[in-house]
Amino acid sequence: MSSNSFAYSEQSGGGEATELGQEATSTISPSGAFGLFSSDLKKNEDLKQMLESSKDSAKLDAMKRIVGMMAKGKNASELFPAVVKNVASKNIEIKKLVYVYLVRHAEEQQDLALLSISTFQRALKDPNQLIRASALRVLSSIRVPIIVPIMMLAIKEAAADLSPYVRKNAAHAIQKLYSLDPEQKEMLIEVIEKLLKDKSTLVAGSVVMAFEEVCPDRIDLIHKNYRKLCNLLVDVEEWGQVVIIHMLTRYARTQFVSPWTEDEGLENNEKNFYESDDEEKEKTDKRKKPYVMDPDHRLLIRNTKPLLQSRNAAVVMAVAQLFWHISPKSEAGIISKSLVRLLRSNREVQYIVLQNIATMSIQRKGMFEPYLKSFYVRSTDPTMIKTLKLEILTNLANEANISTLLREFQTYVKSQDKQFAAATIQAIGRCATNISEVTDTCLNGLVCLLSNRDEIVVAESVVVIKKLLQMQPAQHGEIIKHMAKLLDSITVPVARASILWLIGENCERVPKIAPDVLRKMAKSFTSEDDLVKLQILNLGAKLYLTNSRQTKLLTQYILNLGKYDQNYDIRDRTRFIRQLIVPNERSGALSKYAKKIFLAQKPAPLLESPFKDRDHFQLGTLSHTLNTKATGYLELSNWPEVAPDPSVRNVEVIELAKEWTPAGKTKKETPSKKFYSESEEEGSSSDSNSDSESESGSKSGEQSEEGNSSDDSSEDSSSESGSGSESEVENQRTAKKNSKNKRKSDSEDGEKEHEKSKTSESSNAESSSVEESSSDSETESESDSASESRKVTKEKEKTRQDRNPVPKDVSLLDLDDFNLVSTPVALPMPALRPSLIADLEGLNLSASSAVINVSTPVFVPMKTHVMLHRMSGKGLAAHYYFPRQPCIFGDKMVSVQVTLNNTTDRKIENIHIGEKKLPTGMQMHVFNPIESLEPEGSITVSMGIDFCDSTQTASFQLCTKDDCFNVSIQPPVGELLLPVAMSEKDFKKEQGMLTGMNETSTIIIAAPQNFTPPVILQKIVNVANVGVVPSGQDNIHRYEELKFQAL
Amino acid sequence: MIHSLFLINCSGDIFLEKHWKSVVSQSVCDYFFEAQEKAADVENVPPVISTPHHYLISIYRDKLFFVSVIQTEVPPLFVIEFLHRVADTFQDYFGECSEAAIKDNVVIVYELLEEMLDNGFPLATESNILKELIKPPTILRSVVNSITGSSNVGDTLPTGQLSNIPWRRAGVKYTNNEAYFDVVEEIDAIIDKSGSTVFAEIQGVIDACIKLSGMPDLSLSFMNPRLLDDVSFHPCIRFKRWESERVLSFIPPDGNFRLISYRVSSQNLVAIPVYVKHCISFKENSACGRFDITIGPKQNMGKTIEGITVTVHMPKVVLNMNLTPTQGSYTFDPVTKKVLTWDVGKITPQKLPSLKGLVNLQSGAPKPEENPSLNIQFKIQQLAISGLKVNRLDMYGEKYKPFKGVKYVTKAGKFQVRT
Repeated sequence: MSSNSFAYSEQSGGGEATELGQEATSTISPSGAFGLFSSDLKKNEDLKQMLESSKDSAKLDAMKRIVGMMAKGKNASELFPAVVKNVASKNIEIKKLVYVYLVRHAEEQQDLALLSISTFQRALKDPNQLIRASALRVLSSIRVPIIVPIMMLAIKEAAADLSPYVRKNAAHAIQKLYSLDPEQKEMLIEVIEKLLKDKSTLVAGSVVMAFEEVCPDRIDLIHKNYRKLCNLLVDVEEWGQVVIIHMLTRYARTQFVSPWTEDEGLENNEKNFYESDDEEKEKTDKRKKPYVMDPDHRLLIRNTKPLLQSRNAAVVMAVAQLFWHISPKSEAGIISKSLVRLLRSNREVQYIVLQNIATMSIQRKGMFEPYLKSFYVRSTDPTMIKTLKLEILTNLANEANISTLLREFQTYVKSQDKQFAAATIQAIGRCATNISEVTDTCLNGLVCLLSNRDEIVVAESVVVIKKLLQMQPAQHGEIIKHMAKLLDSITVPVARASILWLIGENCERVPKIAPDVLRKMAKSFTSEDDLVKLQILNLGAKLYLTNSRQTKLLTQYILNLGKYDQNYDIRDRTRFIRQLIVPNERSGALSKYAKKIFLAQKPAPLLESPFKDRDHFQLGTLSHTLNTKATGYLELSNWPEVAPDPSVRNVEVIELAKEWTPAGKTKKETPSKKFYSESEEEGSSSDSNSDSESESGSKSGEQSEEGNSSDDSSEDSSSESGSGSESEVENQRTAKKNSKNKRKSDSEDGEKEHEKSKTSESSNAESSSVEESSSDSETESESDSASESRKVTKEKEKTRQDRNPVPKDVSLLDLDDFNLVSTPVALPMPALRPSLIADLEGLNLSASSAVINVSTPVFVPMKTHVMLHRMSGKGLAAHYYFPRQPCIFGDKMVSVQVTLNNTTDRKIENIHIGEKKLPTGMQMHVFNPIESLEPEGSITVSMGIDFCDSTQTASFQLCTKDDCFNVSIQPPVGELLLPVAMSEKDFKKEQGMLTGMNETSTIIIAAPQNFTPPVILQKIVNVANVGVVPSGQDNIHRYEELKFQAL
Repeated sequence: MIHSLFLINCSGDIFLEKHWKSVVSQSVCDYFFEAQEKAADVENVPPVISTPHHYLISIYRDKLFFVSVIQTEVPPLFVIEFLHRVADTFQDYFGECSEAAIKDNVVIVYELLEEMLDNGFPLATESNILKELIKPPTILRSVVNSITGSSNVGDTLPTGQLSNIPWRRAGVKYTNNEAYFDVVEEIDAIIDKSGSTVFAEIQGVIDACIKLSGMPDLSLSFMNPRLLDDVSFHPCIRFKRWESERVLSFIPPDGNFRLISYRVSSQNLVAIPVYVKHCISFKENSACGRFDITIGPKQNMGKTIEGITVTVHMPKVVLNMNLTPTQGSYTFDPVTKKVLTWDVGKITPQKLPSLKGLVNLQSGAPKPEENPSLNIQFKIQQLAISGLKVNRLDMYGEKYKPFKGVKYVTKAGKFQVRT
């Protein structure tokens, strides 16, 4: 090895000059290179001899030297015949190096390359899969058009190979063949279609890559494989994941309806950029129907989420853009943490990630606000990173954080990196225009900067001030005067020009100063920069028009100077101005309008983010980075108005059975799916159950013509409610699908209509009980406006409540209500959509404390406490109780259900929580104001209170339109706990870890004859929200408890 | 995807090129050189450059530019991540990723690149698989090879590529079975003039060196896993176990690898182990200034702080510095970068290290606007500043008893004191 490299470096040392020459000429004429190479000819002779020798070591040595030449970019093609003979060498390394050579040079020596083909053809039949694979790899890499048919045949065979590794290589070969001969497209698509059905994780990434390259528009090929791809995703190698996620993002945008509901749009307060006009219209239509996410859409979002934890930045970015583009806006928040993590990575990764964050932060500030400090600039960052961070900081600026930010900016302004300092001044200017509270502060700060010693800083300040003043010219006469004075000291031409322009624009506001400035400028005119001269001319013209008495002579003097200036721009301008403003016999009609021309209202420049217009590119793409459409960029389509038939993704029965339980894969696959439906979710299973029920109900009403889909969703909901055990769910699902497919096969193929109505009928039958109310509400809401539809929902709630007066159900509906109105900012999760509550709970928990396995409360006491008696509440009565459900507003909060009764004979309006008097640290999530409560009506709302682990009283005011009542909630200590499922061993361990101050005791009185475990259990759970630990000993019962705060 | 790769050294020589599709002429790099010239310093060369027919995506690693040529739309991070993986592999194989090492091993480099990409799409990037395919060079082997003419190419077939745990090679055998974990935490902080913390965060990694025979299945648990706020995993880790039990369960790759990297939530207060007293002033209209810094221990948890280095990028007007350190030594580069480096060493609380003296300024030039910020490096052995502690390591699937070890180190990451 070392001797070889020696020889190599020797050679390269000698050939340096020729090599340079070759580099220069090779671009012009490749054949010319041969001539220049003649000096090396002898060496090549030598190599040829070595290659023809019988000893492997000599051959190997020669090949190594040839590879060295190739690495240098030297042309070694004349050795082709000698090298190609060794293609069948027994020595693996020689063989490999010959392959490397062949792939590189075959294109230039097509006829000779054919000599090697038979070797590969033989290897394609080798019993060893790795040899078959590598033969296919090299064969397909030889870019010789003649062998296209051979390649096609080889690919077809390899695609049916038993080994997934060979099939993977077949997928790669597809792309190579396609680039060699695009006419094979149709045939290749057939192979792709076949390979897409492959269930191996090894193949998935490569075939999707081939799909993206050959036929990205054939989205129909994906339908049947969609669910499989989603489920395989976690196990695919990381590079494949990136490609698949990007493809699925595009797919989702064509197949599902938008999950961005109107409410979320409002909360988002910025205009959503994907909306074109027609989409707006579409939204108004849709607003009337409750949005239900397609289960397949949900599947994709759920299965990609774990990948945010990948070590590969590209995967994380791919998932982030998927969430950004297709998930409901309330869920996209989770990506920010992972993206911020990537900022610790290399400079290049930082650069790309920051660019994407910059685009995101323009539209959804809230996402990155908690990470504001992660974008603080270090003096050691490269300038391009600094500017991007600054950009993001500016985007994130709002009333609350602007003072901190401005302090931070002050540091930046002083930076030694002047380019960055200038960018900071721009940023301050943008903050000043966006946040009106600080406009004056910023302006003052900028004025101070005018005395800075650095020219770039001063110039930038002047320019920014000029822009700021232009927006609100009326009030700032003082600053203009100040700047006029600065004119004596500032030397930077841009700054001087800006000041002059400003004075000219506002010459009527500073009538005394302006002519004086002109006088000074007239004196120094000849020594000024061209830029400044032009502005002097402008100033003169403007003053001449407004105040000709004082400035007529001065202007004429300046015009005379300008007439003989060296710069012809200035001479031109002078001539132009003279004709326009100085009346003479030749001046035409234009001079009458001179004032209008010069002193027209000029629109204030917009201080905008340079990332404003990047949003139409898919995030994470090359096009987004470059801000131009790159070759091969695939446009992300707008959401369809109506979802295409979701049944296309249903897979045939036999395949399905295989797919859900692939042999040997089961263990691997379940985690990804099971993961989110863990026991956390079970804790609130009753919630989510009734949720999905109501969803499926409304869905079946809305899409009754799409029988299949509603069928699906009702299936899902029923299976979910079935139990938490995933395998059961799966079985059920498979069973259902089977039955459905049977149904399908019953009906004839041609009669689709018939079949559909049939399925929809059966689905109707399945969910008929719920359907009534929902279809009602739908028809009503269609005729009414959005606000009306809210009422309708409420009405629906009421009817529900009547039918089904379980308090849990009420709480759920309440939530529903809560979602329809806008969400308060205090929420940790910006908005909770009923269908997602279960998921979000999982998320909340996993974010902070995934160890804790919250189990369902053993028992929920129905004991209610009086909050407000109807006598003291002037007819309004309020009771509360603890439903022992994990609180959806935050994992530290205890959920409290408050039932409000109106015992008067008139409506009580606007019931809301008024002033809160909470002990320090305590937090409360209030319910949304209730517009009105009918006489004899009653409504239940849920609140979340973080009692900070104490039994302190939470006092607050319950207000109606007319009155305020002081009320308070004091929690019994047992309600602060949360039951957790754990083994006895763990319990003991945890118990050991508890320090003092964690004990609370109550005496339970029980008659001796009642001293049986069930009775005691009953008594205990009555007072405290605890669970039972399975215990080995009979006489000891352990009750676990976990404090909310202890999390 | 990736069309070609060019390796370029600091002086602008293209010393290696590799093409995965048809050949792209070296002249495409001219666009890169142009951008490099515009950027003034290497750090500011844009990673993505657009040329009329191609796109160039580049990374800068160890004084080398890896420039890849792209023809169609591709996620830029995909390419960047891959290029870094290539550099990591070189590092892994040759001990360093330098021009000399690459030139010396040009054949291995070529073989590696051939295996890592097929038609521009990553094929085998796991170091365990690559090492099965192509053996890393050792001095012994290169001597033996040159005598016997045997090769670096593995004659076993890379079965790892086919298994469902592609990161682990098959048939690993050691006489001493050992598993070591390094918990390395870095403190990123910005401290403002007055000494208060503007921003502080702990970034940690757990690097593992696992030499265990067979197919061990490990699970690593922590005393306080809840500290870990945001974690990214090596693909070998079973994500589900972590989500449900907060236990890292995995079949490890063979050799060195990064198990997880994590961030400790910024809500937790971060202990800042050192403080700096500084007094840097430049007098108006005079050719000198004062420079005085003292370093002392703060919340150091009773451990010694060692390996302290202070780096200061002085303003351009500084001509020279005349300083006396009470401890360690300092260097100042007055010509090019104006960087002051003070190698302090250990802090002894009895006598705090300080560096005092005069700064010579260019006469006539205006005094610098801002005082330079101090970048501080330090190291604390046997301490993870976040308080993270490994509880236990269990091994299943194999019978032998491995030797286990955990080491904790805290370092300064991007630790900056504004003055």
